[in-house]
Amino acid sequence: MNFDDTPQEAAFRETARKWVAANAPKEFEQELSKSSLGRIRLAHHDIVDVGKAWQKKKFEGNWACLHWPKEYGGRGATPIERVIWQQEEGVYGKLTQPFQIGEGMCGPTVMAFGSEDAKRRHLPKLASGEEIWCQLFSEPSAGSDVAGLRTRAEKKGDNWVVNGQKIWTSGAHYSDYGLLIARTDPNVPKHKGLTMFFLDMKSPGVEVRPIKQANGMQEFNEVYFTDVVISDSQRLGAVGEGWSVSLTTLMNERMSIGSRLATGVPEMFEFCSNLMLEDGLAIDDPAVRSKLASWAVKSSGLKYTSYRAISALSKGDRPGPENSIGKLVSGMMLQDIATYAMDLQGAAGVLTGADEETVQGQFQQMLLSSPSMRIAGGTDEILRNIIAERVLGLPGDIRVDKDVPYNKIPTKGR
Amino acid sequence: MNFDFSDDQKQLRDQARKFLTEKCSPKAVRVVLDGKAPYDKELWKGLAEMGFLGVAIPEDFGGAGAGHLELCVIAEEMGRANAPVPFSSTVYLAAEALLIAGSDAQKKKWLPAIASGEAIGTLALFEGKGNPSPKNVKLTAANGVLNGVKKPVADGAIADFAVVAARTGSSGRDGDVSLFLVDLKAGGAEVKSLTNLDPTRGQAEITFRDCKAEPLGATGEGWSILTQVLDRAAVLCAFEQVGGSDRALEMGRDYALDRIAFGRQIGSFQAVKHMLADMYVSATLARSNSYYGAWALSTNAGELPEAAAAARISATQAFQHCAKNNIQVHGGMGFTWEFDCHMYYRRANAMALGLGSLTYWEDQLIDRMRKKNAA
Repeated sequence: MNFDDTPQEAAFRETARKWVAANAPKEFEQELSKSSLGRIRLAHHDIVDVGKAWQKKKFEGNWACLHWPKEYGGRGATPIERVIWQQEEGVYGKLTQPFQIGEGMCGPTVMAFGSEDAKRRHLPKLASGEEIWCQLFSEPSAGSDVAGLRTRAEKKGDNWVVNGQKIWTSGAHYSDYGLLIARTDPNVPKHKGLTMFFLDMKSPGVEVRPIKQANGMQEFNEVYFTDVVISDSQRLGAVGEGWSVSLTTLMNERMSIGSRLATGVPEMFEFCSNLMLEDGLAIDDPAVRSKLASWAVKSSGLKYTSYRAISALSKGDRPGPENSIGKLVSGMMLQDIATYAMDLQGAAGVLTGADEETVQGQFQQMLLSSPSMRIAGGTDEILRNIIAERVLGLPGDIRVDKDVPYNKIPTKGR
Repeated sequence: MNFDFSDDQKQLRDQARKFLTEKCSPKAVRVVLDGKAPYDKELWKGLAEMGFLGVAIPEDFGGAGAGHLELCVIAEEMGRANAPVPFSSTVYLAAEALLIAGSDAQKKKWLPAIASGEAIGTLALFEGKGNPSPKNVKLTAANGVLNGVKKPVADGAIADFAVVAARTGSSGRDGDVSLFLVDLKAGGAEVKSLTNLDPTRGQAEITFRDCKAEPLGATGEGWSILTQVLDRAAVLCAFEQVGGSDRALEMGRDYALDRIAFGRQIGSFQAVKHMLADMYVSATLARSNSYYGAWALSTNAGELPEAAAAARISATQAFQHCAKNNIQVHGGMGFTWEFDCHMYYRRANAMALGLGSLTYWEDQLIDRMRKKNAA
């Protein structure tokens, strides 16, 4: 048992480290190392512009989408090399946020189901950051039950005509392409009538509107489709096979290992170490210590769980299912930590101004943003179902709509 | 990175599991649970023959000379089987104290006897209520004899010798505590069995009256040695707790698959699925924290104090959580004496206190994290 690289891994790390040291945009290092929670912002620059510049540099240095095959813009790297790269890229990895959906989900789907032409046309530009992709899956009436989606695609000659609405689309306003799942046959059960496409986000009839979220920010979009025409050559997989294509996309999302999720623990530890209560420092209070310790061991537990997965990759094995616990644990923890940090501030905990003496509204912002951590990318409940069914082998839920044609499924509770 | 046990160590784990499945069935555990024997003597003998008792004891002292990682994988299996033997007292506490602080003569006398299964050892630290603290050590040592009362002493009623924490100074500092080695069969120590939460591991009160004792380590070094012993034992116990957590989770899962209610497997209800998923989460966090503890223990790393506390807390929480919810999944049947659920519930809650309470270790972890952050 050790944390050492193999000689090959060490050599790869050295190459990566040297390249990052020589090429990274160091002027943003400090700012990037500070913002650990939620989406990244830069004070005086657009994250998309800075991200594109970094992505382009990486692409030219052969460090973009490095687990992809070389002919599509990648490096043909092994999974463990990808993890090592992420470690060495460090805080600059945050600049890749606008490209993560493309690299992690859209690209792999195009790679698995696209024509050779489509792959050669789109993947290198995705890898170089020249074109940004978004994912158009969720709908107002189809979140956890995404197979219940309503957006229609109807065949007209060699084209498809799309009408409907998507929601929670990150980056739709700056994306060039989108991966779209739509209903092509409402007369069959819901999973069977779906088809996957990709489309140009500048197509006539596509309208992107920002959503004002519960935390007051605008980070996601709604996307409306009105008679949007898509060529049949932009279909991914067979007609009616959209659900199984989407599983490839989602599986790739869950394969990303080593991306460390924010837990709030370091911030909370520092906060309690400095906060003076009536009887002394918060960290000297037994109740505070007990809570801090419980959170600290969850955070270290997640860290070493990912180390176990990395070790499996290093040996060339597939990581076990342990990694599925990450978001479930960290999402709840963020919310609990934020609530408790405010509790410790007493009545002043309600204040959210950046000039407040305690922590400039850091935990208040965490409190308001944390509900999304427990919903986005699989709700806590869906994640528990996944662990129960795929890891523990418990039966799937009874699906009352399983064999019912989509257009016969009730759409209102009362 | 190779943050995993080696193939040899995994093979040892399989070997231990096979052995314990055969020799330590729930039926065998129940002999001790029902008070028909103080511990499973046959199993103890078998563990010695397998080389498990001395796995981390150097060959010079009659052991297998493997290491702590090997001991960790065996510990996990002991926890999984709920083994009714004085393994933790003898191997994690007494043997580790001897390895850290024993003279050559002391090691020669006791370590081979531990490895061969002839001697059972324990640590006599607590004196009634309270957590490990130099302040709570009242038993005195003077002129080579001990006077005072220790309780609870795990496996005290069946132990042949004990490592005893005694007061040798009155400065109010850690240096007031020294350790002593006592042959419990040589007279001067009166042992009384106490009833306790987990009858598969006995607890005792030991009264020392002018009891002859020899120093273990230097005078005034007792607390510093004890701290090291407790950290090592925390990691090793964490592996038992991880083994117990996994077994409790498995029992719950299996029952949820077998039991039908409302016309379907109860494991198809989300309330039950989610409870089991949460148990899996706790058990996984505990396993990963314990692996880090194992790494720190086996390399004697400076990170051991923090890693041990984290492993201890995480594994204590996981075992309590899994054992409790295993009963809940079983419903009424889980509350019968006949079903095995309560054995793990008892063991989980007894183990949560054995080396000091959860609160104590939480306190320790924060102290140790602060020390690291300050450094």
